[in-house]
Amino acid sequence: MTGFLRHARYVVTENPVTLVAFGLLLFLVVLAFIGPTIAPHDPLATDTARKLEPPTRAHWFGTDQLGRDILSRVVVATRLDLAIALGAVALSFAAGSLLGSCAGYFGGWTDRLVTRVMDTIMAFPLFVLAMGIVAALGNTLANIVYATAVINVPFYARMARAEVNVRRDAGFVHAARLAGNGPARVLAVHVFPNCLPPMMVQVSLNLGWAILNAAALSFIGLGVRPPTPEWGIMVAEGAAFMVSGEWWIALFPGLMLMLAVFCFNLLGDGLRDLIDPRRRT
Amino acid sequence: MILDVRALTRRFPVRGGHGAVHAVDDVTFAIGHGESVGLVGESGCGKSTVVRLVTRLDDPTDGRIFFEGHDVGAIPAKRFARTAARGRIQMVFQDPADSLNPRFTAFDTIADPMRRLGESAMRARLRDRVHEVADLCGLPAELLGRYPHQLSGGQQQRVGIARAIALEPRLLVLDEPTSALDVSVQAVILHLLADLRQRLGMSYLFVSHDLNVVRMLTDRVLVMYLGRIVEQGPADVVFEQPAHPYTRALLSAVPADGGGPRSRICLTGEPRSPIDPSPTVCRFHGRCPEGFERCEREMPVLRAAGAGRDHEAACHLLDAPVGSAVS
Repeated sequence: MTGFLRHARYVVTENPVTLVAFGLLLFLVVLAFIGPTIAPHDPLATDTARKLEPPTRAHWFGTDQLGRDILSRVVVATRLDLAIALGAVALSFAAGSLLGSCAGYFGGWTDRLVTRVMDTIMAFPLFVLAMGIVAALGNTLANIVYATAVINVPFYARMARAEVNVRRDAGFVHAARLAGNGPARVLAVHVFPNCLPPMMVQVSLNLGWAILNAAALSFIGLGVRPPTPEWGIMVAEGAAFMVSGEWWIALFPGLMLMLAVFCFNLLGDGLRDLIDPRRRT
Repeated sequence: MILDVRALTRRFPVRGGHGAVHAVDDVTFAIGHGESVGLVGESGCGKSTVVRLVTRLDDPTDGRIFFEGHDVGAIPAKRFARTAARGRIQMVFQDPADSLNPRFTAFDTIADPMRRLGESAMRARLRDRVHEVADLCGLPAELLGRYPHQLSGGQQQRVGIARAIALEPRLLVLDEPTSALDVSVQAVILHLLADLRQRLGMSYLFVSHDLNVVRMLTDRVLVMYLGRIVEQGPADVVFEQPAHPYTRALLSAVPADGGGPRSRICLTGEPRSPIDPSPTVCRFHGRCPEGFERCEREMPVLRAAGAGRDHEAACHLLDAPVGSAVS
């Protein structure tokens, strides 16, 4: 464990971009945990007397059309947005790597079946598919997570399949069989962990993408419902006021969204280095 | 006999076509207790397939494999991993970098077979046992916590050997264990292997295309060509009095050490295709400098050659010596 910590410190200090990314991640995670307690105002409290105020000392990010404090809403929304992204990515990572690594390792009909199903999913315009799933299953938070997960599964499955496939005839796999590991154990303990580093890059890019996807679903009115604070809805609501000059309503949640996606995209390389023992010196 | 292989055959279907590659064809041989047998031949002659079949990583198309009297060839390779015989046939791989899991430390790599197949007494004192085995292979204890990429090629191969002998196998298959190493390290590893065989009383199946190494380390030699054994016999006899034209050509390619110039036999022509080869033509025909009309009519089988006992070769010349038989 101390070895891992030492390695983590090495990875973070070696690359300044990784340091920035992990710093941003830490900021977002802390915000997600303590957001509701540090928000200066109640994110749901309306005050029509002070609606559409530009940023002031009392309301740093201004107020929206119902007089709600935008800073508080942006801060409180962090938890929900991160939870949706993490939940969706975790689900698709788990399902995709299980399906993909079985397809890559066992080949034959398992491979054909998994590949065809994944190709079928990818044949749909993915965002439209997500819309369809949410519309069909019902407009709930859980369904947004499921829909985002489903449209991401093929990417993980294809990647896991390719990564497992190139390793399935490696010497250490034969050696593992000689050491008495059965097929499931060879796959789970010896082959799959070696596929993790490239998949971590995919995970981090995907986190950003999942946040955007959830926000986009909310933007078009599916998913999270007003008045729940969520970056996507807030951008959607603010968009209507942009033309009349009230730019702050859409800008600040949009900036946060950008910051989160930016952070996850930068995180990729660092996460890979962290998980790859060959980077250890 | 510790290993008795009879009429072993492995064919691979040709992808997107008809026919099959006859990688191993009707191979019969045996390895005695404590004996070291060399398997030589050029690339693509089926050596590696024989290794995969004998180590039960692959299933034969036909033929039987008896190990310590049990018909292990009948157990599907998928299920063999969890049988008692698994720990008794182990293997050292050609490329040590490729054969070690990059995410396992040297300790975990050596401990893996003990954890999976070892008896409970062995698992109870796993740490001691791993250190003991590493010490036997000349691997310093402070290297056990390292990952493969932190070890040199020679150290990696020592880890590979330690893993292979961890369960005290009776048969150790060595698939060109030194060909991926620097020349300076090769000799050290070969001495280690020779030493381990003495100490642990294992039998070796030693696969190599380095004939000098085979001569140094083995009691008996099998020469393979295009999936078939063309000559077998005691190492000294085969190297001194090769009976098959292919063996003669193979030996003439070994650089002579210090002695007078050896007459090179240069093979001309293309090797025959391993895809559905004719069962009535000698596999070496067309490349053989001494081929004659009978070689096209009849596949030669192994028959006694020369004076040496157990010396056999598959060549018609041994029946009907023609004037040019001796070169």
